[in-house]
Amino acid sequence: MKLFEYRGKELFDKFGIAVPKGNLVAGEKDFSNLKFPLILKAQVPIGGRGKAGGIKKAKDLKEAKERLNEIMGMDIRGYNVGKVLAEETANIKKELYLSISLDRTKRMPLIMASAEGGMDIESVPDDKIFKEWVSPLIGIQAFNIRNIVSKLGMGKEESKEIGKVLSKIYKLFREYDCELVEINPLIITNDGGVMAIDSKIIINDDAMFRHNDVEPELVELTPLEKDAKEKGIAFVQLGGNIGVIANGAGLTMATLDALTHFKGQGGVFLDLGGTDDPEKVKQAFELMKKAEPKVIFLNLFGGITKCDTVATGVKAVITKEGINCPVVTRIKGMREDEAKEILKDAGLITATTLQDAAQRSSDLAGGEK
Amino acid sequence: MAIFVDKNNKVLVQGATGHQGVFHIGEMLGFGTKVVAGVTPGKSGQEVHGVPIFNNVQEGVDATRANTSLVLVPARFAKDAVFEALDAGIKTVVVITENIPFHDAMEFVHYSKYKDAVLIGPNCPGIASPGKTKIGILPGSILLEGDVGVASRSGTLTYEIVNSLKERGIGQSTCVGLGGDPIIGTTFIDALDAFEKDKETKAIVLVGEIGGTAEEDAAEYIKENVTKPVFAFIAGRTAPPGKRMGHAGAIIARGKGTAESKIKAFEKADVKLAKFPTDIADLVEEHL
Repeated sequence: MKLFEYRGKELFDKFGIAVPKGNLVAGEKDFSNLKFPLILKAQVPIGGRGKAGGIKKAKDLKEAKERLNEIMGMDIRGYNVGKVLAEETANIKKELYLSISLDRTKRMPLIMASAEGGMDIESVPDDKIFKEWVSPLIGIQAFNIRNIVSKLGMGKEESKEIGKVLSKIYKLFREYDCELVEINPLIITNDGGVMAIDSKIIINDDAMFRHNDVEPELVELTPLEKDAKEKGIAFVQLGGNIGVIANGAGLTMATLDALTHFKGQGGVFLDLGGTDDPEKVKQAFELMKKAEPKVIFLNLFGGITKCDTVATGVKAVITKEGINCPVVTRIKGMREDEAKEILKDAGLITATTLQDAAQRSSDLAGGEK
Repeated sequence: MAIFVDKNNKVLVQGATGHQGVFHIGEMLGFGTKVVAGVTPGKSGQEVHGVPIFNNVQEGVDATRANTSLVLVPARFAKDAVFEALDAGIKTVVVITENIPFHDAMEFVHYSKYKDAVLIGPNCPGIASPGKTKIGILPGSILLEGDVGVASRSGTLTYEIVNSLKERGIGQSTCVGLGGDPIIGTTFIDALDAFEKDKETKAIVLVGEIGGTAEEDAAEYIKENVTKPVFAFIAGRTAPPGKRMGHAGAIIARGKGTAESKIKAFEKADVKLAKFPTDIADLVEEHL
């Protein structure tokens, strides 16, 4: 789960990392505690908001109200801005970059630091980014901090302050099960202080059960995706018009890939997982119907999951609720014959191979849109 | 021969008395796996398909000399279960459980290395060496003893591929599900290294997907270290960036982990790529 900048900064504050004074603003009274000039920042879960006009300066209250009106409700790459953070401006002597993420290959927390802060880290050359890995069994040690901070070329006092921030964000990274904690920029102020000007925090969804103090925020999901998440169904909306239901994430992805090969366009990724519970199958089909695909493509491979029990669930939905689009099925594996028998009279289109089914689904959906 | 597991694995199941535990103990026994013990705290003295249940792993190991654990416990208890198995001297741990927090997985993966144990998973279907043993939830009906090694990040997709091999009469030396999470214990490189050394394995099949750089790392490794032919399928060519495609590890993040990058890396390493999952069987058949 990606946290909005202001919520990330609340966590920074909790862990003793300095952030600019500020608060969310919705109207005039919200500016009363703040000293001008201010910066107003749209709260969206994606980068590039500055270029999109989501960050604006205001030198007095009149300007602040105007800027607030402009930013609130604006669309930034598909996200409607519903929250705006106003902050006092900081005097900046130097901008740095600091992050901790998960290194999938080494399976360790990875610290990255650069003296070239304030820009997209992707555009910073590799030799300007310094890396240090932390053993998850012993946690961050003084040598880790020395190793990486010394490379930034800062003065002694500044290095000490940066080291303290690093130690604090590591603590935050671990305690809140983060996939990423990023400060860009981390600034050195004219009086030698260190302050986090931005925050990017991603908390591992699978660890949310032990972070009841973090209110879930499903802003990145479409309404149907939210609904699916609550039901425990892996469901992703894509751009096309063919809804794919398969069992297993890899198989569902491979099914979408096959459609593309035949110029079809996947509209929904729906992974039934290992379930053959008729109730779950029913919920899955109901979600799929709401996504209004032109064609539904059901691709099943029965292993532990029996094809016939899934088929029973499918038939129940189709006969009771009705499906107003063609359904192409391809069923293979454990008890496939029984499954085909069950679905024989349900008015479905049956195919024997993935390629055949993908071809037919694509043709029915009208090929390229 | 086979890799990682064979007839010498004496399996203890953690989370043995739940619905999944009972079902899969039965399936494994039917496949010929030596399931010797089960563990569920508070249920010592019970039996599941004749397998004795113990209160903790140490008691189970002491009584049965189990050397392998299959972890089926819910995600929030998985870290504790793996630590317990490793501290009881278990040397092979297979973690089926899905949705384990990444930080927990990092800890137990590193602890398994410290304990010099093999850890497979999490979020995987397990491992099978047909004719010898099956530790996990892979359906026994699709497996066939033979000389192709299979390593995969996915479950059902692997069943589909393995089944299509079986339909051509092509069997497997070992089929290992590595897991769909970003943090896993056994990687493509570990499997490639073992398959290369295994005399019985004549060809290797890798099933990859978007997310991370495991396939790119594997391709580099193959160039330098693998002499046996390698075949691969990559799922997720049409997956959009930033979306988790079912598996926690299947996400294109910050421009990394695209299918194109993996396909390109494999092509450079002379790995033969299949367009559709079942085409793998054609490619392998042509070669053998």
